[in-house]
Amino acid sequence: MTARWYPRLAIAAFLLLALAYLAVALVRFEPAPPPAPVAASRTEALKAGVLTPAYAAPEFSLHGSDGSEVTLARYRGKVVLLTFGFTHCAAVCPTTLATLAQARNGLGAASDKAQVIYVTVDPERDSAEHMRTYLAAFDPAFIGATDAPQALAAVREKYGVTAVREGTGPDYAMAHTSSIFLIDPAGKLRAVMPFGHSPADFVHDVEFLLATGRQA
Amino acid sequence: MSLSSAKSRARRHPLAAALLAAALVGLGWAGLAPVRAASHEATYEIPRGTFAHRMHGEHVDIFPQTIRLTLGLNDVLVLRNGDSVPHLFGPTIIMPGQSFRLPFETASTYSFECTAHPNGGLHVIVDPAPAPGWGRLQWRWRELTGAA
Repeated sequence: MTARWYPRLAIAAFLLLALAYLAVALVRFEPAPPPAPVAASRTEALKAGVLTPAYAAPEFSLHGSDGSEVTLARYRGKVVLLTFGFTHCAAVCPTTLATLAQARNGLGAASDKAQVIYVTVDPERDSAEHMRTYLAAFDPAFIGATDAPQALAAVREKYGVTAVREGTGPDYAMAHTSSIFLIDPAGKLRAVMPFGHSPADFVHDVEFLLATGRQA
Repeated sequence: MSLSSAKSRARRHPLAAALLAAALVGLGWAGLAPVRAASHEATYEIPRGTFAHRMHGEHVDIFPQTIRLTLGLNDVLVLRNGDSVPHLFGPTIIMPGQSFRLPFETASTYSFECTAHPNGGLHVIVDPAPAPGWGRLQWRWRELTGAA
């Protein structure tokens, strides 16, 4: 081998090393992440936004669409999916309620362990009877809650929910918070699902809270 | 330039040829190798005294008006409330000492109410995961220049 071959050999060796490095980088494409610590995996498993630490969900007592008093304590042992809206809502509320109805269906035998509470932001038009009829179209197990405007405003304040009347006349609308609050079987406000998530995400999180809610 | 003339130039300038080859390999790696981040979480803290300062009419800049996240890399927003009063962020109230961990799975622009911000709002832009090729090259360049 002559001296003039040495540079070629060096270049070839360099290229081979570089190609080997590239091959290793590609082979290691998206390796499985290392197992998360238990404390982290308890919150990272949820699709919703998670509050840590979780505190007791603010309690309330409102008139239920089933004619009885609606409190969170009444549903201890279940996951409560709490949302706010009004029955004349054109888009957000029907979408949310249809999503939650599909989620309850998706829970199968555990569907009775998930309770939807729909608190009106429009007591002027949403009587208990009207809410019962409206909610039954989505899922007869859903509970509506209404009361005096001041009582409803106090509940909204506890959850950071806003509701603003838009327009005048009988066809006014209400701009309102569209998130769904997830309260675990022990009564703790664990997570908040922003509007737009799929029924599968709710099924996932409800099952998770049913499995872990008692120890949280 | 024909292949034979390229070979001849490479023979005459082996160092330059080697550097060119290295640059090409580097570009190939930067464009194809998967991108990773040490943590998926982008964490921001609302410091103690934020509300009090604001009540005194002081301008308080805590964190950016717009937060940019990337799916698959840093796609979880974590807000910690270190203040002594509750703060409203988007869908919920964050109590003092509490954290709100919000994962994103869809690339989009999100607008949230946020009482920690002077104008009461926060935008979160979630970019799609960098695609192999030009997307990963751009992402790596932004990382390199600190613009990501």
